[in-house]
Amino acid sequence: MDIKKLKLTEIKNLIEKREIKAEEVTEYYLKRAISLQEKTNAFITLNEENILEQAKNLDNLVEKGFKGKLTGVPIAIKDNICTKGIRTTCASKILSNFIPPYNATVIENLKNEGAIIFGKTNMDEFAMGSSNETSYFGPVKNPWDMERIPGGSSGGSAVAISAILAPASLGSDTGGSIRQPASLCGVVGMKPTYGRVSRYGLIAFGSSLDQIGPFARSIDDCALILEAISGYDPKDSTSIKIDTPEYLKNLNKDIKGLKIGVPKEYFIEGVEEDIVKSIEKSIEIYKKLGAEIQEISLPHTKYGIAVYYLIATAEASSNLARYDGVKYGVRAENVKDLKQMYIKTKKEGFGEEVKRRIMLGTFSLASGYYDAYYKKASKVRTLIKNDFMNAFEKVDVILCPTSPTTAFKIGEKSNDPIQMYLSDIFTINVNLAGIPAISVPCGFDKKGLPIGMQIIGNYFDEQKVLNTSFAYEDAVGGFKFSPYQED
Amino acid sequence: MEFEAVIGLEVHAQLLTKSKIFCGCSTQFGSIPNSQTCPVCLGMPGVLPVLNKKVVDYAIMLGLATNCKINKNSYFARKNYFYPDLPKGYQISQYELPICSNGYIIVKTKEGEKKIGITRIHMEEDAGKLIHEGSYSLVDLNRTGTPLLEIVSEPDMRTPEEAVAYLKELRQILLYLGICDGNMEEGSFRCDANISVRKKGETKFGTKTELKNINSFRFIQKALEYEIERQIDVIESGGTIVQETRLFDSSKGITISMRSKEEAHDYRYFPEPDLMPVFIDDNHIENIKKNLPELPYEKRLRFKEQYNLPEYDIDILTNEKEVADFYEKCVSLYNNPKTLSNFFMTEILKELNERKCQIKDTRLTAENIVEIFKLLDEQKLNYNGAKTLLPKIIETGKSPSKLMEEMGLAQISDTSTLEAIILEVLKNNKKELKEYLSGKDKLFAFFIGQVMKKTAGKANPKILQELLKEKLSKIGIDDVDNL
Repeated sequence: MDIKKLKLTEIKNLIEKREIKAEEVTEYYLKRAISLQEKTNAFITLNEENILEQAKNLDNLVEKGFKGKLTGVPIAIKDNICTKGIRTTCASKILSNFIPPYNATVIENLKNEGAIIFGKTNMDEFAMGSSNETSYFGPVKNPWDMERIPGGSSGGSAVAISAILAPASLGSDTGGSIRQPASLCGVVGMKPTYGRVSRYGLIAFGSSLDQIGPFARSIDDCALILEAISGYDPKDSTSIKIDTPEYLKNLNKDIKGLKIGVPKEYFIEGVEEDIVKSIEKSIEIYKKLGAEIQEISLPHTKYGIAVYYLIATAEASSNLARYDGVKYGVRAENVKDLKQMYIKTKKEGFGEEVKRRIMLGTFSLASGYYDAYYKKASKVRTLIKNDFMNAFEKVDVILCPTSPTTAFKIGEKSNDPIQMYLSDIFTINVNLAGIPAISVPCGFDKKGLPIGMQIIGNYFDEQKVLNTSFAYEDAVGGFKFSPYQED
Repeated sequence: MEFEAVIGLEVHAQLLTKSKIFCGCSTQFGSIPNSQTCPVCLGMPGVLPVLNKKVVDYAIMLGLATNCKINKNSYFARKNYFYPDLPKGYQISQYELPICSNGYIIVKTKEGEKKIGITRIHMEEDAGKLIHEGSYSLVDLNRTGTPLLEIVSEPDMRTPEEAVAYLKELRQILLYLGICDGNMEEGSFRCDANISVRKKGETKFGTKTELKNINSFRFIQKALEYEIERQIDVIESGGTIVQETRLFDSSKGITISMRSKEEAHDYRYFPEPDLMPVFIDDNHIENIKKNLPELPYEKRLRFKEQYNLPEYDIDILTNEKEVADFYEKCVSLYNNPKTLSNFFMTEILKELNERKCQIKDTRLTAENIVEIFKLLDEQKLNYNGAKTLLPKIIETGKSPSKLMEEMGLAQISDTSTLEAIILEVLKNNKKELKEYLSGKDKLFAFFIGQVMKKTAGKANPKILQELLKEKLSKIGIDDVDNL
């Protein structure tokens, strides 16, 4: 049996039938993760002892008849999702010693379904970045070309899939942090509707935008993880009281008559030619599958980046205030008073990009600037949301590129924040609107780097997004999600 | 030149909810530092607030009690500033749209009743406490997240007395509603004052200063008096008032500058993204309205009408709702409002004060109080006896007649017994008797006192008086030695 090739439901079934032990599956992935760690730098914390103990405990439970949606499936977790007793750093020096005394709700949900909480994956510091270069623990490498970035901020979670270090992983997406790295690493990554998945225990960046979601190799695996982590959580007042559909069971590749909107504003200058071609190819496939393609307009698209960098940074400037060295995390040494302790702790504890965004956000909320920046941005946010609502009057889903470029070289954009921010130009508006979207692998550029297409759905219409993706996956005969797939 | 002060007050009232505003931790005062905390109120990474619905209900109650508009749509905002007692680096409060606005309360002033406007009432969380120990400080976060209502008045008060009257009335309303214990020492009722002065007749406001955290009515009065005088002095000596925050030093009775306007925080308020807006429907407001208790102002009016008591009595009896309720229960069983009022004011409340307790902490019942008065009316007990009985009733809850027997307090009304005692007293005080008979009338009281002493205060005073008078009238000065 080639453990590496097993789908999530296969792992679960084999373990529940006791044909394989959770311990074996976990050991296999641990070995791979450890042996490839130096090359990929995908993990920040890989607590072998704890992971194997979880697997052994689960095997004992299976002996007693335990059954779950994810029995024995190791799932790698982005290091901004709190795990009880396991260091959770947000890839920041300031939290480099932080061990949460609680689990995020998604972790509880996964555990209840029998999943093994695998290592904690590398990311951009506090999820601020699009290349995984801002991590205090060093950059993550893209398995398709080790000199290139994997995208960000959930770079480690994307690489965990594309280097086959875990069968599935969780990331978080504030402006594209799941979809963009999924696209750049050639894997499936989904951001659910805001409120579908509890944010309790997700270390906040932009609270009104953050959402946890899955990375997977295939649409059915993605559907299953989404099903396991979704649901109303009384601990998160922004989570919505709505039933979680059985996404996996309801997967349906018949999309005849499905109306797919293609927004003209997403095919602008600066989008790489190979990416445009590959999206056009996907459109042809959809046409053959019986979908109806319509050009649509999302007229306020161009304001997205500006709005996002006012709102997300404003929220971040407040969310990150708590890292002051008083209660937990790293505190600066040799200070003479409180003010100096604050200043030195933050100066030494946060990286450049995080500091830049805290300052941006502080400015946009400052008295005298609030109306011109934060408030105005909130109003434009409504217009962006309305664009999507108008579009969904006409179409079922929206199709566009996930990222304007494929993976770029490490260091290529790290000194040019504006260029870096433009990496998320196609993903950001989805977060501003709070709607669900997925990135699905849809080919490779001339350099052999993966390209992703984004499928955007209406509020709580994840099933339609998944079905649209599923039909494509079936039509192309599955995804090439990893350079190591056939090893 | 004559000046007048303009005063506006901001009150923070801690709510009597069992748990904190955004987590399930207990709000109890005085526990071991940091024992009442959880990841949420400690502001740990990734945690989220969940609103305690009781806080919303309490805010609505106070809003209705102070004639406010209840805003069916309000939302929370973050007030950002750094301090070690504020673990998140921001306080969750309300800013642009508070839950209640545009109300008023009526207070008594020297010139009669006056309406004091209430600008807004909003919900927020309290911060923790710092304990400074020499070269370091300790942080106690037990209080962090305790629910507060901030009540902001209009600048409608003109004297320190009016300000204190407003605070007393507001505190009484909170106590009547049962949503705040009003304890100023423990900080569950705190006050900041904005104050300016202007020439009498001027319509524009002067530059104001803010006085922070003054923790008793007496200190508020003193702090305001000092600050008014200070501001007038500054203006009269040709200076200008600086807009600043000042602290009251209660030991010296003065206010000291804490920070100027330039040093004031920019709180960078913005809507709290972790909480949904607060929606309140009309039904909910109606339900709360239906269950509101009678408020102090209305109760005072009714006491005047129903019991025809003097204002002084009414103020004392209605000061605490519990006392007023207890008084009314007694009146319903024994319809003699003024007699009962006197007994409440001179005896019952004195006993409670001495014990520093409330009626509910004692075994006092209205039935027992009324029984005392029946015994008095039937002359089985005298007032002295009643006074002696009261502490025992409070402690034991036993019926007055039973206690009266046990303690031997039954009044002596039997004439032959009293006559014998009178005779004995007169025999033993021949010198005084002679003096009395020679015209020193004042000594009558002396004989009464002696009889009372002998009977341990149990003699029926009325009968005693009659008998003594009768006896004395029958004695001639020559009879004294032969008594």
